[in-house]
Amino acid sequence: MQAWISNVISEQQLSANTKASVVKTFLFILCLLPLIYLVWGLFTDNLGANPVETLTRSSGLWALRFLLITLLVSPIRWYTGLTAIVKYRRMLGLYAFFYASVHMLLYLGLDQLFDIQDIWKDIVKRPFITVGFISFILLLPLAITSTNKMMKRLGGKRWKRLHRLTYLIATLSCVHFLMLVKADIREPVIYMILLSLLFFVRLFHSLSKKKLVSR
Amino acid sequence: MFFRKQKSWEISESEVTDYEIYQNRRQFLNTSLAVGLAGALPSMALADVAKQPKPFSDVSKSPFSTDEEKTDFESITTYNNFYEFGTSKQDPAINATAFPDESQPWKVVIDGECDKPGTYDYQDLIKAFTLEERIYRMRCVEGWSMVIPWIGFPLADLLKKAQPNSRAKFVEFTTLYDPKQMPGQRRAVLDWPYVEGLRIDEAMNPLTLLSVGLYGKELLGQNGAPIRLVVPWKYGFKGIKSIVHIRFVEDMPQTAWMKANAREYGFYSNVNPNVDHPRWSQAKERRIGEFLKRKTLMFNGYGEQVADLYAGMDLKRYF
Repeated sequence: MQAWISNVISEQQLSANTKASVVKTFLFILCLLPLIYLVWGLFTDNLGANPVETLTRSSGLWALRFLLITLLVSPIRWYTGLTAIVKYRRMLGLYAFFYASVHMLLYLGLDQLFDIQDIWKDIVKRPFITVGFISFILLLPLAITSTNKMMKRLGGKRWKRLHRLTYLIATLSCVHFLMLVKADIREPVIYMILLSLLFFVRLFHSLSKKKLVSR
Repeated sequence: MFFRKQKSWEISESEVTDYEIYQNRRQFLNTSLAVGLAGALPSMALADVAKQPKPFSDVSKSPFSTDEEKTDFESITTYNNFYEFGTSKQDPAINATAFPDESQPWKVVIDGECDKPGTYDYQDLIKAFTLEERIYRMRCVEGWSMVIPWIGFPLADLLKKAQPNSRAKFVEFTTLYDPKQMPGQRRAVLDWPYVEGLRIDEAMNPLTLLSVGLYGKELLGQNGAPIRLVVPWKYGFKGIKSIVHIRFVEDMPQTAWMKANAREYGFYSNVNPNVDHPRWSQAKERRIGEFLKRKTLMFNGYGEQVADLYAGMDLKRYF
């Protein structure tokens, strides 16, 4: 009897695990599509007259989009009860880091030819580069501490506190976007509105939690 | 609460044709007719969709032309900053296919501080001048550049005919204002209409061109048809497009970009690798068609012809 029960449990566990890994694989490929599209566009000459600009802009935009998607995971969990989706948050966050790295490498390599002096001058001189650079640097510790090992080493509380940097990074990324447009601020403003909605949801959630506790 | 019962003869609000659609009913009829005809005559349909620019004959070559590799026609006509047709680079090529409306003859007003002001029909205006091809470098303030074979004539030829008087210190140019034809003007991205200006000696410099075509054919809408300014030693935005008004003035004109952001866009806007724009380093540029950046030249490489215009001026201050 005992053996039979444990057998059933492990089978259930197994099917849950396979389901998660299938979803994970699917999500992994889905998140890779923007990159595939860009690389395909590059080799078929479909990125317009200035392909480097298209690549830089798109990779930056996808980094910002993935930051916002990552921040969307918790609200979805609170309000739909879909607790399982937390399993996929790390991948989404790492994709934000991945697209930000592509964005950064394109800038360092194709715009600045990896000339350290030029890069430093640029960071100091142009405020939108400064802001973008800071937000990329802040992403680094989050990517480094994304493994289970690091999570354990830091301890849940400290790890969580560190990863709250995501809010700051997303804000800086929006500011970076806003600063680089010439006159038409529509697009960056849309991202700022989305980000402030995410902030509001969090504020609302933490306030309502406190209320429950004080009651 | 007040309830209003719908009378039997009334139709519901949702069935009423939008005022906008009602206003454009003739256009609607025309397009429906065109679509119907297009089905019957496919060759005609093509002609209707995208304007076919007419080629120019008798175009002379110019010693001012560069022998650098020309940017391809496709790039020149699909990668444009022309906010009157939208703020993305691809927008103008999509939104300016029917521009300018051929049923309305294009007029150019020349007035202000001159002895012979007048209003000219575009076709009559250009008849008086010998057209030449000038292959110029074009450097955008955003850090990219092209090499464009323009067709046009020196602005000076036109200005001299109007006989500017001694108070004419500057020349002010204005783009058409017509939100119907230029959908970008329906939003206040810039203070419409677009205005640009040159000092009179800059305007009279032999390099300064009024362009009516490129690659041997008439300008397309996205490139500033039917007539635009080309000032090759200045950033591209000084080359005002689709000009309807040229005015001689005594005071320095306030240009559209100066009004939008005076700290970033000066009146002179000469290409200068040593004076950085707050957002774009101007030391280097990406030539369209190339991957890596190249060094930007002082006055975009036209120093020999224009440097003396600015002798003694602090170009960091007068940027």
